[in-house]
Amino acid sequence: MSASWPLWEVFVRGKRGLNHVHVGSLHAPDAEMALRNARDVYTRRNEGVSIWVVPAEAITASSPDEKDPFFEPSGDKVYRHPTFYAIPDDVPHL
Amino acid sequence: MSFDNAYEGLIDQEDSHWAFGTGFHSALEGVDREVPPGVDPADLAAYCLMLGDDALVLSQRLAEWCSRAPELEEDIALANIALDLLGQARLLLTRAGEVEGAGRDEDALAYLRDEREFRNVRLSEIDCGPGPGGDFATTIVRLLVFSSWKVAQFSRLRGSADPVVAAIAAKGLKELAYHRDHAAQWAVRLGDGTEESHRRMTAAVDRVWPFVDELFRTHPVEARLGGVAVDPAELRSEVDGVLDAVFTAATLTRPEPVPTAFVAGQAGRDGVHTEAMGFLVAEMQHLHRSLPGAVW
Repeated sequence: MSASWPLWEVFVRGKRGLNHVHVGSLHAPDAEMALRNARDVYTRRNEGVSIWVVPAEAITASSPDEKDPFFEPSGDKVYRHPTFYAIPDDVPHL
Repeated sequence: MSFDNAYEGLIDQEDSHWAFGTGFHSALEGVDREVPPGVDPADLAAYCLMLGDDALVLSQRLAEWCSRAPELEEDIALANIALDLLGQARLLLTRAGEVEGAGRDEDALAYLRDEREFRNVRLSEIDCGPGPGGDFATTIVRLLVFSSWKVAQFSRLRGSADPVVAAIAAKGLKELAYHRDHAAQWAVRLGDGTEESHRRMTAAVDRVWPFVDELFRTHPVEARLGGVAVDPAELRSEVDGVLDAVFTAATLTRPEPVPTAFVAGQAGRDGVHTEAMGFLVAEMQHLHRSLPGAVW
């Protein structure tokens, strides 16, 4: 792969999907071409989907080495979670 | 809705297939397939063959790029465009066969006609690469010209008096608009890219342009099918406008070449093709000719 075609991460929202979901990555020379490539590779052009492309280098990820200090403090504190309420049946997607 | 599976939120409805394979419907669902009153079935069949052969032959040409495009993503894009065109060809050849009423289906029309019976414009058959016949730039210029012409043609055909042609045009127009956009993007990138890519684009334009004139010549079948067909002469100014805009952005100039000659007034629409066509047809039809009557 030539250095001039950087990596892009692709997020897609389906016609009735609520969120953009990370579906994969691809190489493209710029954002416009990344969008078009993402359409071909990941959506088969079914109308009504939304695509986001992000240069991979723009994403900052949490480090696996820091997993414990990062996430564990919340693991044993049940009072951090608002789980003591009855959720009404007619409230979806909560 | 949980998102344990990355694709769960993307699927439209109950479907066992992987994401996005849902929600498709046939472009011809519920469309009346009777030949409209006052339309000559032979002319309508001939016209559908012209349109279908344009798409079939260019699809075959683009398929030759499989695994040979400059980048993986572009390989997929060219295959995608080829598949769109093949889909258009299937609908149009099926329509030609049913209107003709001689029992020929899309396969019979694709695989059991000789070179002289094909009605595509010569632009779609010439070898624009990969290989010695051209390169990526040549393929892009051909695609740009072809899709700009087809967008103009199909946008008018949506109002065709033949409901099947109108429905095929409505479906195909969205695809062709994408093809044109894709080709235009590349034309600008390559034309306004490096010195070498600009040189190749200039050579590509010179190679393709002699076949442009034929696109706007009115065939007698088109002249007789007023209301059903589009007179290609009417498309010229719209197509020129699109190409001018792309060429300006791509820092290219349009040549004024001598159009490729007709033979006794005949060209692709009459079954008079370039020397490339026989080889293309031979390769495309080889298996069907070797195993006649085989089902796949």
